[in-house]
Amino acid sequence: MTVTLEPAIHGDRVSLLRVLGPAHVWALGVGIVLVGEFTGWNFAADKGGALAALIVCWVVGLLYTSVAMIDSEVTSTVAAAGGQYAQAKHIVGPLMAFNVALFLVFAYTMLEVSDAILLGDTIVAKAGVEGLTHNSFIAATIVVLAWLNYRGVLMTLNVNFVITAIAYISIVILFFSVSPWTQGAVLKLNELVTPGNALPYGWIGVIAAFQFGIWYYLGIEGTTQAAEEVRSPARSLPYGTMAGMITLLIAAAMTWYVCASMMPWEYLGITYYPLWDAGKLTGSPLLENLLFVATLLAALASANGCINDAARAWFSLGRDRYLPTWFSAVHPKYRTPYRSILFLLPIALAFAFIADLNQAITFSILSGVLQYTFMSINIIMFRKKWPLGSIRRGYTHPFHPIPAIVLFCLCVVTFFAIFLGFGSQLIAMVAFYFLISLWFHFYRYKFVRRGDQFTMPWPKPQGY
Amino acid sequence: MWTVLSYACWGISIVLALWMLYDWFKVDTTFSEEVLTSSREGELEAVSEKHRI
Repeated sequence: MTVTLEPAIHGDRVSLLRVLGPAHVWALGVGIVLVGEFTGWNFAADKGGALAALIVCWVVGLLYTSVAMIDSEVTSTVAAAGGQYAQAKHIVGPLMAFNVALFLVFAYTMLEVSDAILLGDTIVAKAGVEGLTHNSFIAATIVVLAWLNYRGVLMTLNVNFVITAIAYISIVILFFSVSPWTQGAVLKLNELVTPGNALPYGWIGVIAAFQFGIWYYLGIEGTTQAAEEVRSPARSLPYGTMAGMITLLIAAAMTWYVCASMMPWEYLGITYYPLWDAGKLTGSPLLENLLFVATLLAALASANGCINDAARAWFSLGRDRYLPTWFSAVHPKYRTPYRSILFLLPIALAFAFIADLNQAITFSILSGVLQYTFMSINIIMFRKKWPLGSIRRGYTHPFHPIPAIVLFCLCVVTFFAIFLGFGSQLIAMVAFYFLISLWFHFYRYKFVRRGDQFTMPWPKPQGY
Repeated sequence: MWTVLSYACWGISIVLALWMLYDWFKVDTTFSEEVLTSSREGELEAVSEKHRI
């Protein structure tokens, strides 16, 4: 037997709930990213030395500041679940939108997988028990967080706010515990980073380091996925995203300074736990345990945000019939895209059990950089089709088109860096997106209701 | 302790996965497909904001 809902505020439709504020947007963005300070960024030191890791910290910071500014402007205008997918659909076209949605789902699902593997490996490393494997911890991470996401977005992001804040505060505590204003006591930057070893592979090492420099900030653009669930998207999204970016720039700088001052670049570049190791090197059991817990919390927060974002991108594809509409179901009680959450759950579990951390990270980074490249083109088209004054914007980013040009150039450099390290994966991924685009164009698009997919009440674009 | 924790993780995962499957089945058999897939992009935006500049 089937029943219908009582008429609600907006007719008898079941939609996502608008319950989030700027703090939740911050928690979503920073929550996804902060794990990159606990592991990932430090592999840049292996590629080019400690100074290269610092250079990419700032240069990639410029890339992501451009991402945050561009994203804030467009998403404060296109406030819909799916984030960059909805932007691409309205500004570029359906084929681009389909690809962008897949970039999003891949980037976040693979990042979720990486987070779960990291969490499992961290617990196994701490336990030191023979025969203990990471599988049970991976399963619990993915299933518990999927359950949390299934039960509602407000609690999901409240939890993310708390655990992200604890992980962030742990970095601040570590920073002030090692007397950062004094060299020689705990920190030995002048001994560990010298003119002789600062750039051991020269400037090509700096270029190669871009691949892992992405980890300082990967995922901050995920804030836009909350667009349909924030109470005031035009205000909350730019505010939460920019505040998140500022928070991360500070965390990245503190993390590099402490780690590069305590570990030689040869070790820093290969360890999976730079901040936890820094905690151990202080000799304080309290700091060691704090950084261990913070590593776990950062991984949890990131996986949590990734489940939220990947499900919304997948849900949006279903809602526009780019995929079967079955995926666009909203839970009538919890108001979440429950089928998309459940569909992606076994996929994440399968990858987490069979893939290794490096492969999962590389696929996530590749999809992310493809998305950033799109964003640089997207903002140029957006400003051209709807110039300032033609539609209402919640935020207008300054210095246009300089951020778009900077973003595009840095994406090209990052692609080259990825090609140096993971050329075959890069080619395989581009081939995959090409083939899936053919499938969409020649087969799937005929199911799409073309007029229904463009929902923003905008005037006709200039030139049309 | 870690081994016990590992078994507890398996247990929690199985219980929550089963609960989600049960709830999914219950929702899908209680509500019509039209209601469940009735969400529309931009609907609230269009209602709450008249888009005047």
